[in-house]
Order: sequence, then C-alpha cells, then structure tokens
Amino acid sequence: MNIIEIKNLKKTYNDSEVEVHAVNGVNLSIAEGEFAAIVGPSGSGKTTLLNMLGGLDDPSGGNILIDETELSHLSSSDLINFRMRNIGFVFQSYNLIPVLTAKENVEFIMQLQGKPKKDREERTYQLLEAVGLKGREKSRPGKLSGGQQQRVAVARALASKPKFVLADEPTANLDSKSTENLLDIMEELNKKENITFIFSTHDQRVVNKARRVITLEDGKVISDIRKD
Amino acid sequence: MIVSVAWRNIWRNPLRSGVIITAITLGMFAGVFSAFFMKGWMNQRLEAGVETEVSHITANHPEYRENYEISKYIPNGTQITSEFEQEDIVNGVSPRISIQSMVSSAETGTGVKIMGVYPEKEKTVTNLYTKIAEGAYFEGVKRNPIVIGEKLAKKLKVKLRSKVVITLQDAKGNITGGAFRVCGIFDTSNSMFEEGNVFVRYNDLKNLASLPDGATHEIIVHLENQDDLFVTTDKLADLYQNLEVKNWKQLVPELGLLTEMGDMYTYMLVIIILLSLGFGIVNTMLMVVLERVKEIGMLMAIGMSKIKVFAMLMLETVLLTLTGGTIGVFLGFITASSLKENGINLSRYAQGLEELGYDPVIYPVIESGIVSTIIFLVIFTGILASIYPARKALKYNPAEAIRTE
Ligand SMILES: Nc1ncnc2c1ncn2[C@@H]1O[C@H](COP(=O)(O)OP(=O)(O)OP(=O)(O)O)[C@@H](O)[C@H]1O
Ligand SMILES: [Mg+2]
Repeated sequence: MNIIEIKNLKKTYNDSEVEVHAVNGVNLSIAEGEFAAIVGPSGSGKTTLLNMLGGLDDPSGGNILIDETELSHLSSSDLINFRMRNIGFVFQSYNLIPVLTAKENVEFIMQLQGKPKKDREERTYQLLEAVGLKGREKSRPGKLSGGQQQRVAVARALASKPKFVLADEPTANLDSKSTENLLDIMEELNKKENITFIFSTHDQRVVNKARRVITLEDGKVISDIRKD
Repeated sequence: MIVSVAWRNIWRNPLRSGVIITAITLGMFAGVFSAFFMKGWMNQRLEAGVETEVSHITANHPEYRENYEISKYIPNGTQITSEFEQEDIVNGVSPRISIQSMVSSAETGTGVKIMGVYPEKEKTVTNLYTKIAEGAYFEGVKRNPIVIGEKLAKKLKVKLRSKVVITLQDAKGNITGGAFRVCGIFDTSNSMFEEGNVFVRYNDLKNLASLPDGATHEIIVHLENQDDLFVTTDKLADLYQNLEVKNWKQLVPELGLLTEMGDMYTYMLVIIILLSLGFGIVNTMLMVVLERVKEIGMLMAIGMSKIKVFAMLMLETVLLTLTGGTIGVFLGFITASSLKENGINLSRYAQGLEELGYDPVIYPVIESGIVSTIIFLVIFTGILASIYPARKALKYNPAEAIRTE
C-alpha cells in the first residue's frame, strides 16, 4: 500500500530576480516499509522536496497525499498535529533541544501529545536501546558525539510512531564510522519494525544501503531505481 | 515539562540571564523597600498628627474657627462633654479653652495658642502626655503649672520650673496676664506644634480669661475605632445642630491625603522601574529568540504548536522576571524587617524634617497589600514584555527556520 502519493509537485521561489523552479513537476509513490534515498547534485531540490513532503513548506502546485489525506487541505494547526502524529524528522544538524537530556528529548513529543508517563518512559528506553544509547539517557546533547546526537534524533523521530521518517542529509555532519553505525540502526529499524525511511544524501555509501534510489536534477526526477 | 524547559532555557546563558535578573532584583528591592519606608513614614506622620495633635473629632461654637475669638465659646461645654461621654463608641472626651496669647520669659516672647484642659480628660484624647521629655504632665508644680514644647522652651530659653508670663485679652476685652511655672516639656516630631501650643489647667485659664463656668472653645472626641469616624461625626453634628462638629480629615485634609500620596508615590516609582526593566527584558528575549530561530523551527517541525511555542517563550520571560522580582521583594522584606525595630535615622541627612512635622527616625511598615500589587505588576510586566519577542518567533516558518545556519 502506498502511504505517500506525490502528483506533479512544484515549488517556485521568486524572491530573487530570477524565478527558481526548485521542484518542477515531481510524481512519486512511496509504499510502506521503503528505505529510499533521494540523491542529486547540490541545488537539485532534495531539501525542498522533503520539506514539502513533511508539510514544512507549501507547494506552489501539485498534490501530496499522505494516507489519503491531502496536505494542502489541512489548516496550519491541523497540519502541526498531523506532523506530530504521522511524520518523524531527522535533521542534518541534529537539532536536539540542548537543555534536555537524551531521554527527555525523545520523550518531549509524547509529552506534548499527553501520553501517560509510564508509556512514555517505556517507549523512550526501548528506543534509546534500539539506537544503541542505553546508559546515555541522562546525557545532554552537548555531552554526546555527533553520531550519538543523530541517533537520539532518530529515536525522537520514532517516538510518536510516525508513518514515515524524513531525513535530510542525516549523515552529512558525521564521520564514516558514525555514518555506517547510523545507517545500520536505520536499516534494522526498517527491517524489524517496518518503519519507512526517506532520506536525502550525497554519500555514496549511504546510497549503496538504500533499496530505492530516486535521483533529482533541476527539480525533476530523472531516475528511480528499486534494488529488490 | 514546558515549565521545566523554560526554566532550563533561562540558564543556558547564565551571564545574560544573571544580569537581567540582577537588574530586576535591584529594581524590585528599591520598589518594595521604598514602599515600606514610605508607608512607615506616612503612618508615623499620620499617627503623630492624629493621635498627638488633633485627635479624632472636634466640636466648636459654629463661628469659633472663623477668627478664633475668645467670645465664641460653647457656654455649656462641660455639660456637653459628659453627654458625649455617653456615646459607647467614644473612647474619651476632653473640653478645652483655647485662646491666642503671648508667652514671654525674661529673655523674649512669642505668640502661642494656650489651652486650658482637664489633664485626666486630656489623656484620653491625645497621647501628648506620653511625649514628655522633661518634668511631668501637670505634676510637680502646685500653682499655675504649664506644659510647653521643647522647641518653645529653647526659643524662650526657659527650663523646667522656670516662670513664664501669659498675656491675653480676656472675655471682657481687657488685656490681662498671669505667671505660670513650667512643669513639663514635651517633645514630638513636629516642631511647629511644639512651638505653637502650650497647656495649662482648665480652671487656671478660665479664671485668668474671666470666662464663665463650663465655657469651652473645643470639645475633643477620641474614638475607640477610627472606622466610625465619619458616622460618629455625622451623628454628633446631627444631634448638636448649634455646634460645628468636624473630624480630623475635614480639619486637616492634608493629613488624610498623606497615605494616599505615599501609596501613589510608591506605585509611580514601581511602575517607572518596571517600565525601564521591561525594555531590558524585551531586549534580552529578542536576543534569545534570534539565537534560537533554528531550534524554534525544529520544535514547530516536530509538532509543537505555535501556541505552545508562544507559551514556552512567555513562560521563560515570566519566570525570568519573577525570579528577579521574588528575590528583590524578599530582600526588601528582610531589609525592612531588620530596620523595623530601630528605624532609619535621617536626621543627619535631612535636618529640616522635624520642622515640617516629620519624624527623622523612620520605622518601615510592612504591608502585604502593596507587596501583592507589586508582584502582580511584576508578572504583568513579564507577560507584556514577552509578547513582542514571542510573536517574533512565530513569524518564521519551520522550513526557513531550519535552513538558517
Ligand atoms: N528559501 C529559498 N528562497 C529562494 N530559493 C531557494 C530557497 N530555498 C531553496 N532555494 C533554491 O531552490 C533550489 C533547490 O534547493 P534545495 O535546497 O532544495 O537543494 P538541495 O538539493 O537540497 O541542495 P543541497 O544538496 O545543496 O542541499 C536551489 O537553487 C536553491 O537555491
Ligand atoms: Mg539540501
């Protein structure tokens, strides 16, 4: 079953003198359980595409259907709620809340959702263990390495049991060992728990791990290869 | 959780938060302390004015207060006194003869208001008898005793047991005089009062001024409870249509305004302090928001609603303000309570205070009403100061906020 349907999606920036067609007519379907990489040269529109997919940015044209919900039909407050329940985010520069510990960072969204404390803690410990951070629950981001922070970010993205996780260049700031480690964790979560990951990357080793590779150029999909 | 995040966020930049908290602390300390100080000062003046000088209610011949003529007396004053005494909310009543006169010593002379009183009755309407610095209140001198103020004693260069001569125009219009001996010297915080008022026994003055038995110029009434002030004034005025009955708020309105003026001064000071602090807080919070654009964008991306982001920033501002405010108020409390016993002596800095009727030693009065208003104003300032920065934070869209490096 497809959880994401993108039809003729467009994003045009015209705040400079020239119009930039950052995303220019993209059609894509993504099924549950995919492990897909979006690649392409710098400026090809990867970030723009992911932001629209995550409901962070409004398209200039076209549709995004997530589980039969048309994103553009949601009001901005519904959209925030929708994001919270359905989409997990991992950012290039980790973006954890610096004043909270690893555990609290993961717990934060569940708290906003008003989940009971017992459920929250259970899931948090389980997730932190899954990303290999057992024992580091009480560390604040500043005391963790980049790779560890990004793993906390993955745990946080999964906290509210989203339908899929979007990650824009999650390994760009990581060394090769941390990159491999993070990818292994993501792969395992994908295989074991059937979590859908969509990530953009410049790193060939990351691309090699992906089971589907979507290539963008000038805002258009120029190839879409499945490896299974 | 939001509270805890807000609180921890404050301490992300301890120096910056510390500076603004210190500023708020100092400002609120100044506000609270001066409130207690003002309150004490004004209360003391009020207390002195009412309890030592004017008492609560005064009844006169309706024309007496026009020119203070000796002939405008209440003929059956002593009888009315005993009628007043029947009122159960009345604490004490004292009839007085009151005449403008000259007092002179061997050295010099000056104009004073001389009052003929029954000492025991007078003790029930004012506390002047407790302010005797030298000698005693109508004791120790058998013939024609007189109680005068310290300032007047200095002016006349007289001591205890010195003789002074009173000269006045009696009820028949003749100039007459009598010798009195100083039996007590009172010391109040008001040198004008000390200089202008002397007290002798009722009968001594009545005889000197050739007034008929029972004649009084003033009947002074002291109440058990000041809450009854206006009710009793109206009641007495109603019962005795042929008298002028007035309370101290009507006789010396500036005394009644003192407390209000003190409160107003305090609130104005606090508001000015808070206003200037408010700008500092806005500035600090704007810096905070600018610094955290990316983080705020992330919070919105992962599903924190705008209202919650707004609330979090507002809470941070309010907590910041409240921290400084609480410490400041607390310090103000401590300082004021530690000075409550011994007071603050201003005589070295303000020698003219006593001339104006103000006690140079001020005992701060702690009043919780002012404090709760100040705390309310502090919270209000925090909320107000947070609105602009917090709104600014909501203007970013999450995608842009995340792109910001
Ligand atoms: N806010 C914006 N205003 C104007 N132009 C923008 C904005 N954001 C992106 N662009 C432009 O849109 C195009 C696509 O940018 P995008 O960031 O999506 O590329 P990318 O594939 O993610 O690149 P990279 O690999 O460098 O991250 C670029 O030409 C970029 O300059
Ligand atoms: Mg990008």
